[in-house]
Amino acid sequence: MGTKTPDGLVRRLLESLDHRAVITDPVRLRTYECDGLTHHRATPGVVVLPETAEQIAAVVRVCNEYGVPFVARGAGTGLSGGALPRTDGVLIVTSRMRRILSVDVADRRAVVEPGVTNLAITEAVRDLGYYYAPDPSSQQVCTIGGNVAENSGGAHCLKYGFTVNHVLALEIVTPDGDIVELSNTDPGYDLLGAFVGSEGTLGIATKITVRLTRAPETVTTLLAAFDGIEQGGQAVSAIIGGGIVPAAIEMMDALAIEAAEAAVACAYPEGAGAVLIVELDGPVPEVTHQFDEVTRICRENGAFELRVAADPAERAAIWKGRKSAFAAVGRISPAYIVQDGVVPRTALPEVLASIDRLSREYGIRVANVFHAGDGNLHPLVLFDDAEAGAGERAELVSGKILDLCVEHGGSITGEHGVGVDKSRYMPKMFSDNDLDTMQLVRCAFDPRGLSNPGKVFPTPRLCGEVPGVRKGVHPLVESGQAEQF
Amino acid sequence: MDAPHETGGAPLAGALHRTGVTIREAGPDDAVAGVSPRWVALPENTGEVAALMRVSAEHDLAVTPVGGGTRLHWGPPPERCDLLIDTCCLNQVLEHASGDLVVRVQAGLTMDSLAETLAAEGQELSLDVPLDGATVGGVLATAVAGPRRFRHGTARDLLIGVTVVLADGTTAKSGGKVVKNVAGYDLGKLFTGSYGTLGVITEAAFRLHPIPDDRRWIIAELPAPGTPGTGAVRGDGRPDAPERPGSPPGLDVLAAELAASQAEPSAIEVDWPDARGGPVVAVLVEGTAADARARAVRDLMAGHGTARITAGPPGWWGTLPGEDVLLEVRVPPSRAGGALRAIMARGLPAHVRGSLATAALQVTLPPDVGGSAFAEFVSRVRDDLGRLGGGLTVLTAPQELADRVDRWGPVGALPLLRRVKERFDPGRRMSPGRSVGGI
Repeated sequence: MGTKTPDGLVRRLLESLDHRAVITDPVRLRTYECDGLTHHRATPGVVVLPETAEQIAAVVRVCNEYGVPFVARGAGTGLSGGALPRTDGVLIVTSRMRRILSVDVADRRAVVEPGVTNLAITEAVRDLGYYYAPDPSSQQVCTIGGNVAENSGGAHCLKYGFTVNHVLALEIVTPDGDIVELSNTDPGYDLLGAFVGSEGTLGIATKITVRLTRAPETVTTLLAAFDGIEQGGQAVSAIIGGGIVPAAIEMMDALAIEAAEAAVACAYPEGAGAVLIVELDGPVPEVTHQFDEVTRICRENGAFELRVAADPAERAAIWKGRKSAFAAVGRISPAYIVQDGVVPRTALPEVLASIDRLSREYGIRVANVFHAGDGNLHPLVLFDDAEAGAGERAELVSGKILDLCVEHGGSITGEHGVGVDKSRYMPKMFSDNDLDTMQLVRCAFDPRGLSNPGKVFPTPRLCGEVPGVRKGVHPLVESGQAEQF
Repeated sequence: MDAPHETGGAPLAGALHRTGVTIREAGPDDAVAGVSPRWVALPENTGEVAALMRVSAEHDLAVTPVGGGTRLHWGPPPERCDLLIDTCCLNQVLEHASGDLVVRVQAGLTMDSLAETLAAEGQELSLDVPLDGATVGGVLATAVAGPRRFRHGTARDLLIGVTVVLADGTTAKSGGKVVKNVAGYDLGKLFTGSYGTLGVITEAAFRLHPIPDDRRWIIAELPAPGTPGTGAVRGDGRPDAPERPGSPPGLDVLAAELAASQAEPSAIEVDWPDARGGPVVAVLVEGTAADARARAVRDLMAGHGTARITAGPPGWWGTLPGEDVLLEVRVPPSRAGGALRAIMARGLPAHVRGSLATAALQVTLPPDVGGSAFAEFVSRVRDDLGRLGGGLTVLTAPQELADRVDRWGPVGALPLLRRVKERFDPGRRMSPGRSVGGI
């Protein structure tokens, strides 16, 4: 077993879990040493594979007993190291909890276990005319439990919102090991909303009630090719400014197109300095009207070629280049960093120009792929890891891109999360007071700091005593009218 | 309740005045659910609120923030209230980035003023507010929403950033002014529905939508229960009574058909003023081709009653059914019809209105309904709703009625809510007792 966990821990875990559900073999433990952010690695002390919420609660209670930290993990596709294990802790893997417990079209909701993949929900309800709207690029493999932890987005969140807008209720195991229900119909503070996106630091979701969205009457996808990203950006501004909220607007620059071409032969228009993918969905008359507007706007802003998907196969062909872009840059660069930052959409041209300047200044190529509609940039910072100092320069450029985002009033992460990767950037966006106040929530849920410690916050707050001044016994308590608050 | 705090009025007042914020003595109109504060402060920015909160912390003053005061009588009275922080002068639009469809405002701005500012640029905050004069901060603190919650969600879904001042004077923000942002915890959501018990909301940022170029309402009056040959509302009044096979579809079916309609309505509302008559269902479609889509909705509704298309809303649209006694009912969407039947079959003159599609309904009763009748109604309806997978909250009621019932019913997360309260406001000075379970 992991040498850093206390004696007796595994024996106690085995009281609630089958021996096949407790992994202590060093070789097998190493398969869990990282998530999608592969340059952060730590071999977990113990891995458990629970099948029920009760088992997770039992594991968490054992962790409390020994004061051992625990980390939850779904499919391990996260890109910010949110599921990076602790060598001195327990990694709770939800992959065996993958039942869809109920589908209720009349209530437009499904109840699923955390290990169910994002796409599996859509597949289960597609024939009923519904789907699950948030669509992170990893949706074929990423789990809904991970989506809840990270508040995952996707290309279509421009119109449909994020995970937090599509989760109606949760059953969670609190960091103390209690099983608690949080619902969007509960009166009082929106704990459900605070939990979603808390990156595993407030507990573990064990049952998720998601909203099912009616499949739109029609979907139209078009690809517009421009000479450069400037024209593409102007087209995006004109579309949104014209009162149209497309389901998605994605943009790729020349380098990203080159990579996608090399990887998946997406056959985007030759000579394009930028391509824009615009997807419209909704009632037929609305989409017809919006389509006319969008094509007009694209042409007016210099689109030299427009392609419209006539069927789902053609739609998939248009999306293929975009969806493969991250992995595709591996074809044109030995190594790369995937960045995730947000700027107000109107600042895109200026920020992209600045990224270009950074790229030339440091001799580091940057391919730009982004959710243009909501200003969510995914610059791919390319470097040769065999070249001395290139990795450091790439890190520097990557960090400076986040500085640009913050300077323009944006965010250091739009959908990948803070995790271990960006906790050091949090002070650029938030003051000590902001971070301390957020950690009051952490202390309320997890006073001992056992649930995914070391993530999100640059410096953990010691919860200790409740801060502030207590002034004797409350009069209601004293008079016997109420119990201790 | 005020007894321990009555000494030292003059030095306290002096300390408050030294913040530089306009302070006045409270009058009878300043009472919070019947509890009168001693002073009212009128800060103009976040810094002034922080200064007030620091003085309050030093002198152990209990504070209640107030916006338009439209719902100050909602919820239980605070255990104590020394200082009312009136946000009326925190009323600036800080930034309207129309190209980004984002607005940042001070929390005391009224929703009406906000709407006016945004409309000048053809935009809106897609959040309907049932009471005139409500402020941004008040809407967030009470988590109220209107008809278009079906399409756009509620305040928590449109809020993208917030600045708050805590009980000890700490100013904190979360989120920002971009829609897509997952950096840090979302304090905005936490403060949504907090009833002033966690701190003072001083600024908020929202995502906006373009104002739709056209709107149509489709209104259908459904027959009264028991009307022969119709099936609008039937069963024997029990919420779980099955719909008879072969009979025309009822409210549940209509609601489901409307919600699933490819005409994509923005809102599906019901108003049922009197059990002797039938409910009225009204649907809103907005945007391009509203006319064609409205006709599709009308055809859907035709089997349920006489449906007509109008260019304006029915008079009751987006308003509360009553003011003095107001209950909120939540059930899963497919149970909205059952919930309505349960309420209307209780034999009291109930009036129900709200979102049929999301099954978030408001119920009003006459204020003179009587304590025991009220308590029995709440208890019985709560039982019925429990069987339907829902619950009931008393939003407001005269004290003598509210005292007879548990305002919130069972809330599973109450221990966690208490712990959050304890961390944010360990001295219990922020609107103590105003929210769930007396937090």
